[in-house]
Amino acid sequence: MNTIAATARIDAQATQPLIELRGVTKRFPGVVANDSVDLAIMPGEVHVLLGENGAGKSTMVSMLSGLVQPDEGQILLDGRAVRIASPRHALELGIGTVFQHMMLVPTLTVAQNLLLGAPWWQRPRTAALAERTREIAGRLGLSVNLDARVADLSLGQQQQVEILRALLRDSRLLILDESTSMLTPQGIEELGALMRRLVAQGIAIVFITHKLNEAADFGDRISVLRLGRKVGEILPDRLRALSRDDLVAEIVRLMFDRGTDESAQSFRRAAPLPSAAPLLTVSGLSVPATDDNPGLDAVSFEVRPGEVFGIAGIDGNGQKELAEALSGQRRAAGRIALGGEALEGLGVGDRRRRGLRYLTDDRLGEGTVGAFPVATNYVVKEIGRPPLWWAGIERRAEIERHADDLTDRYDVRTPSIRTPVGRLSGGNIQKVLIAREMVEGARAVVFNKPTYGLDLANTLATRARIREVADRGLAVVLISTDLEELLSMCDRIAVIARGRIVGTVDNTPGASGRIGRMMLGVAE
Amino acid sequence: MSAGAEPAARAEGSGMLGELAHWAFLTVVPILAALVVTGLILLAVGVDPIRYYSYIVQRGLLSPSGVQQTLTRMAPLLFIAAGLIVAFRAGLWNLGGDGQFLLGAVVAAALGPALIGVLPGWLTLLACALAAMAVAMVWSLLPALLRAYQGVNEIITTLMMSFLGVSLANVLVKLVFLDPGTTVPQTRTLPVEDRLPRLWDTTITSGLIFGLVTIVLVHLMMTRTGFGLKLRMVGANPRAAIHAGLNMPLLTIVVFALSSGLIGIAGAIDIVGIQGNVRADWNPAYGLAVIPMVFLARMNGFAAIGFVFLLAMLWIGGESAARRIGVPHTFTLVLVGVVLIMLAVAEWIDHRIRQRRRV
Repeated sequence: MNTIAATARIDAQATQPLIELRGVTKRFPGVVANDSVDLAIMPGEVHVLLGENGAGKSTMVSMLSGLVQPDEGQILLDGRAVRIASPRHALELGIGTVFQHMMLVPTLTVAQNLLLGAPWWQRPRTAALAERTREIAGRLGLSVNLDARVADLSLGQQQQVEILRALLRDSRLLILDESTSMLTPQGIEELGALMRRLVAQGIAIVFITHKLNEAADFGDRISVLRLGRKVGEILPDRLRALSRDDLVAEIVRLMFDRGTDESAQSFRRAAPLPSAAPLLTVSGLSVPATDDNPGLDAVSFEVRPGEVFGIAGIDGNGQKELAEALSGQRRAAGRIALGGEALEGLGVGDRRRRGLRYLTDDRLGEGTVGAFPVATNYVVKEIGRPPLWWAGIERRAEIERHADDLTDRYDVRTPSIRTPVGRLSGGNIQKVLIAREMVEGARAVVFNKPTYGLDLANTLATRARIREVADRGLAVVLISTDLEELLSMCDRIAVIARGRIVGTVDNTPGASGRIGRMMLGVAE
Repeated sequence: MSAGAEPAARAEGSGMLGELAHWAFLTVVPILAALVVTGLILLAVGVDPIRYYSYIVQRGLLSPSGVQQTLTRMAPLLFIAAGLIVAFRAGLWNLGGDGQFLLGAVVAAALGPALIGVLPGWLTLLACALAAMAVAMVWSLLPALLRAYQGVNEIITTLMMSFLGVSLANVLVKLVFLDPGTTVPQTRTLPVEDRLPRLWDTTITSGLIFGLVTIVLVHLMMTRTGFGLKLRMVGANPRAAIHAGLNMPLLTIVVFALSSGLIGIAGAIDIVGIQGNVRADWNPAYGLAVIPMVFLARMNGFAAIGFVFLLAMLWIGGESAARRIGVPHTFTLVLVGVVLIMLAVAEWIDHRIRQRRRV
């Protein structure tokens, strides 16, 4: 590197952002993921992005790393407008991304992983790699063993390798996308220290996290996204000056405060819930953790008839495991009782017949068989049982009458009950699933992200349907990553983090702040 | 092929006619293309393809003895097709048909002549079929258990078990069930009068009737019963099947048992209805030849009957052509193989067209 360029860069540091987003908008079918966002990323700073699931953080990262292109607005690099055409192009521009899930080949050594992507006709430059690795690692205090097999490394060590890979390509901007979510507390500390050393060398870092403490400990500047918009930015001077309590209060307000939101129609009950014995009792439900999910750690709660019990939390903290452990799809230790009857020893079908129903969030992947007709999808959890089957032989007329009835009652818009369900819209597929789970005998229902990916009309219709289910006296467990949804529907809300229920609050006017704090990992 | 792609592009969205055209594109076009390609191969080895094809049709379909042979050949093939439909519809690729078939055949060939003096004729034949079924089921148990409980890919395991099964069948013929009365290594021969009766005054085996009834029953089971729906659900979306609480390991084992059992019966039918004995090193490789037919039929039982008829005709005609024109009878397998490749190409083109239209 020649000295003139180096000086020029240091001069620029004070005045000009490394990368700037100006009025960037990105739309996907049915949703505006980023809505004219302005963001300036300065060299030598850790820029923290905070926001709930679906706030638009991932879309922004995808645009910076060249995976998608903005529909409107500009991205400026060193003050010049650029079009980041592909991930390869992003790397050439000096933008390196470390994704939440590791992108290393586990069966290869660290050196082999780092040499991937070199021209195939050249011999691997192992010696040069070792030289540069020593130089960079020494400068940053990294310890990387080039000959270790990646599969033998801890997640924290793998992350260091990924960061090293970005640095080997002379990255000037490093994007860390939820990099701490899988790390141990010690790994998080080490990563934080490494980030500080990197910015000290003039590198810019975009750090995405759900944990407020990490943002405060490692960040220089914090931008908060909500529903695709940037709703606030805390500048370095202010961040240093604010006390921790004030910072928490400000960020919780930015992220979760509802203010006057027109779409947030309330589906709360009209009258207070009559006191009654719990209908669904869960105690000590545990699922062992694995590499990529936190499992469940002694989850206990009770739901009364007519009650809507919310489970809040950042995606991937054990919600899916909880839902599947309840439905019987996943083996779990602990007790589940419905109206006093123990269910834990039973399989999916028996639990369903006793009245415990599970509405999956994966509507196409496991909820339906896309190639099967709508009529068949209504009954796939009842196959072979009377009255729709007689001695194992299907009664087509009965099945079609059943389908006509449900299609009518649940307002499913389908050309015909013989249409493959995969051709319907998301909202109508959801109606098919709700109809299927609500058929006679339902007593407790687990809804997992029931409005995820639906448009507003279908979202409101689904919420109204859930309200109606609760008002009929069923126990409802509502798992959602959308806090507003939970606040508009639930009687009580529990927060799940790393597979544990970290707290349960009554849904009273002050609840959003308390839940927000728990979701962000700030102790009550 | 690009010219053939056009009808399909227009096909969708125009109702019944469109669906028919689409089906024709995915079925008739690959067969025609395969005939052209194999014709070129025949030209390359110096045989007039027109003469070869017309001879096959003449001998396999138009001559009285030929058509009777064709219908007789269909009997075991129909059982194999039925067995493959059960497995394929459930998304399990049982490619071990040849081993299962041969083990069934050898057991039937050993049991038939031994029992015929002891038991009444019909009971002997029934015992042969049941024993063949049982042996084939046992032979599929290892792949079934590995698939059900360890998720081991059944394509590999069934193929490997098939090699072992073919070899074991040979060993049994040469060492255990050898007919001491002949010099060529083969099992004892079931007398013609003790075999499955022939239909009326023809040489057609009554095994054909059993085969037709079986494949229709299997088709009805797959389309009209709760059990069949469960199997189709496992095949169409295994995760949905787990979500609905189906017992996947049990269903997997049952599917393997049904599939291999039917293929084992095919072996018995071939022996007690047609061959009478098993010669050493005999392996007609019916199992692998039927697979493309089942695909062409889209795993529909009724359509499979038609395609099995086509295969049997090609086979019988091809055997005659081997004697007359000098093209080895295994050339039928070349034709079948090319049909399968063309089928895959047509599916790929169809997929591309659909994708492009979606964009």
